Amino acid sequence: MDTLAQLSPTPTRLQAPPQLDVVDITKQFGRFTALDQVSMTLKPGSIHALLGENGAGKSTLVKCVMGFYKPTAGQVLLDQQVSIINSPRDAHAYGIGMVYQHFTSVPAMTVAENLVLSRYDRQTVINWKQEFEQLGAFMAQSPFHIDLTIPVAHLAAGQKQKLEILKQLYLKCRILILDEPTSVLTPGEADEVLGLLRSDVVQDNLSVLLITHKFREVQAFADEVTILRKGKLAGQGAVKDLTVNAMAEMMLGEAGNAKAIAKLPPETRTPVLSILNLHANRDNGLPAVRGVNLTVHTGEIVGIAGVSGNGQRELVEVLAGQRQSTTGRIEVNGESYRGTREEMFRHQVYALPEEPLRNACVPTMSVAENMALRTFDQPPQVKWRWLLILKAIRQMAQGLVKAFSVKTPSLETPISYLSGGNVQRTVLAREISSESVKLLIAANPCFGLDFSAVDFIHNALVDARNRGVAVLMMSEDLDELLSLADRILVMSDGELVYESEIDQADLGIIGQRMAGH
Amino acid sequence: MLGLSQQALLRLPWRRSLESIALPVIALTAALIIFGGFCAMAGANPFQVYGSIYKAAFGRWSAWQHTLILSAPLMLTALCTALPARLGLVIIGNEGALVMGGLAAMATGLGLGITLPPLMVQLAMAAAGMAAGGLWIMLAGALRYYRGVNETISSLLLNYIAIAIMNHLVEGPMRDASFVIKPSSAELDPANWLGAIPGSRIHFGLLYGLVVCLLAYVLIQRTPFGFAARIVGGNIRAARIAGLPVGKLTLAICFLGGSAAGLAGMVEVAAVQKRINQSLVSNYGYAGILVAFVSRHNPLATILAAILLGGILASGGILQRSHNLPDATVLVFQGIVFLCVLYSESLYGKFPCFREGEG
Ligand SMILES: Nc1ncnc2c1ncn2[C@@H]1O[C@H](COP(=O)(O)OP(=O)(O)OP(=O)(O)O)[C@@H](O)[C@H]1O
Ligand SMILES: [Mg+2]
Repeated sequence: MDTLAQLSPTPTRLQAPPQLDVVDITKQFGRFTALDQVSMTLKPGSIHALLGENGAGKSTLVKCVMGFYKPTAGQVLLDQQVSIINSPRDAHAYGIGMVYQHFTSVPAMTVAENLVLSRYDRQTVINWKQEFEQLGAFMAQSPFHIDLTIPVAHLAAGQKQKLEILKQLYLKCRILILDEPTSVLTPGEADEVLGLLRSDVVQDNLSVLLITHKFREVQAFADEVTILRKGKLAGQGAVKDLTVNAMAEMMLGEAGNAKAIAKLPPETRTPVLSILNLHANRDNGLPAVRGVNLTVHTGEIVGIAGVSGNGQRELVEVLAGQRQSTTGRIEVNGESYRGTREEMFRHQVYALPEEPLRNACVPTMSVAENMALRTFDQPPQVKWRWLLILKAIRQMAQGLVKAFSVKTPSLETPISYLSGGNVQRTVLAREISSESVKLLIAANPCFGLDFSAVDFIHNALVDARNRGVAVLMMSEDLDELLSLADRILVMSDGELVYESEIDQADLGIIGQRMAGH
Repeated sequence: MLGLSQQALLRLPWRRSLESIALPVIALTAALIIFGGFCAMAGANPFQVYGSIYKAAFGRWSAWQHTLILSAPLMLTALCTALPARLGLVIIGNEGALVMGGLAAMATGLGLGITLPPLMVQLAMAAAGMAAGGLWIMLAGALRYYRGVNETISSLLLNYIAIAIMNHLVEGPMRDASFVIKPSSAELDPANWLGAIPGSRIHFGLLYGLVVCLLAYVLIQRTPFGFAARIVGGNIRAARIAGLPVGKLTLAICFLGGSAAGLAGMVEVAAVQKRINQSLVSNYGYAGILVAFVSRHNPLATILAAILLGGILASGGILQRSHNLPDATVLVFQGIVFLCVLYSESLYGKFPCFREGEG
């Protein structure tokens, strides 16, 4: 085995990664052109950012490079050689690896097992002693360190994302493609991961192609940037020559500075959602939510801050009807609430959970059907209680697709074919388009969205609040909460440990409470 | 703004529809070829065997009638797998539900005798058969939902229990002592037999099968109930967020599936067997599983798949008589078809030419 030699801790300087050129790539899905003659160059030992609106074609471009899609026209060059890449396996043979937005590790297996599993050259018998020696040596000189023996299920989101990257490095990838690697991470975790990669890049060991929606990350970590707009190349250049405004303008085609909607003072304050001494467990039976008491009133946005994994997800799941509470009560408009469809409809409760494709969509069903998830049993979509009016479903979907600028090839396309941001928009359209929303529960509603969409959602939330909707919002993005919420709370270890009106919020204390002090 | 005309938005996904027709056809062709190899090894000329199968199944009107008679119960038992499949459940208790349905229908028919007009008796028998079959499969659904018991295993075991119950009844409480050939129940009064459609030998059970398949299709595709079931089957987390009653839906759809198989039991006892005995267990249940998979759990396609398999079953005799192939040859063919179809399930989405908007 040559692995041992290459992975020996002596700092053998590897030869620089190849230069990757994408030349005039066009990709059509039927009559829809997702990429139109896009070219770019990833220089050896650099970080190259790929920016663009939701649905601009970023994921499609890297999937063409990885061999997931066959480009309609155009070529991929490695060190100026035309390279035919027909599958991710071919890409791997050229030393190109990709990390996806979602995790791909097996939760029940340990870190070491996952790493060995990811290898293409699977042997019939695994010599674990030898593998562990090699893995140890590999870890010693890799940018991240994760305990090899713990099951992946026990890792925090940041750790899992590191493992995904480690997997590619373990497969000896010299060109690493990251598709929105940071949207599941807190800003701190994102900085750590990107910073460590940066140090590897500076040593000329690695090139990184980074898809992100965050200008901050582009400016802090990337050398060059390519900007796509509606499948076309909209701009390219060195990051140091470009301002955030210039990049935003290239992304949108105009200086798109959406006016933030101002918060109006609430007229009346009546309680809508009351949570009384609520307890709930994690999947593994350990307590996640431990005695939460909270009231949300009409016309108010209540923000819950906290580091991920402190029970926020479970709290949202209980409120959204996905998880049973162990004790405690939930009341909506003074009535006990158990999350049945009838109660949701009567009280007009809606939810925007995180990971919408996993939590709020049926991947195999069409965009139109997914948009009808809340309304299919209400007239005009149903007649005589038993007959679905498909036309009414399509008409509503058509209206929502337009109003929320969902980019989809057709209403009949399965929603899993849509770009990440457009899935989010589909769910958003379904959950906040109704005029009669009374209570909205949102969890990280802006993950994976481009900045114009983020503005759009923020405005939609504030607008809903001004109409009198009670909004409960969890977010790991403190800035988002500070700008939107009327009241902010901090959740730590399953309990609410801080509460303040937004104008009296003390950032220092919030930080301490989030860290568990 | 979208770069797409409204027309494009409303385009139908014909490529995927084509795929779900093409793949089963390819699988069936592959099965035919493999079966041809089997026949060749057994010393028969494959092409002559194909010819005989075709002739025995669809060659003449009388062959067609035989085929349709055999396909009637298959349409119904297939729904016992196809309907719960829309909810993500794999139910294979078709045989048991058929037996329970047959038993309940017969008990009702014998109990009512000629106290009511035949049509009323038949309706009562159908209702009893459907209730019994439905409750039987609902049991598997309830075990699944409330106790997390694997529904495939429990429904399989329920088959054996149903057959054991039937054997117990025909050897004990329900036995007709005057009938000596094999332990059987008394005979259904001829007035209550399910007759033939005028101008043919085909009994009315075929009509039951066609109507129920059509209703099942409408139920799944065109009603809020079916829509809700598809949501639960597609992503249970999304179903919970939409507040759908997952437990009730599970029980309801298992009941409906089981009642279709129960109705098949009623049809078999009222139109073919006329008595309850071992011959009620004639593999219609297991063949129904195959039909459900071939039709990809689409109740309309089930009609076609059932006729196809009915034809294969109808050709069983001729294979033995004119090609000297063993009796079980049709079962071999059935098994090969099953394997090919199951394998083809793994190929969906693998061919670029069928991919939405590619190529
Ligand atoms: N398999 C497919 N079939 C049809 N259309 C597709 C397919 N994959 C992507 N598209 C369309 O191509 C466009 C570009 O999608 P892509 O996933 O590349 O966007 P993106 O830039 O990664 O967006 P996001 O930031 O939301 O992830 C979208 O409009 C999407 O609907
Ligand atoms: Mg993407």
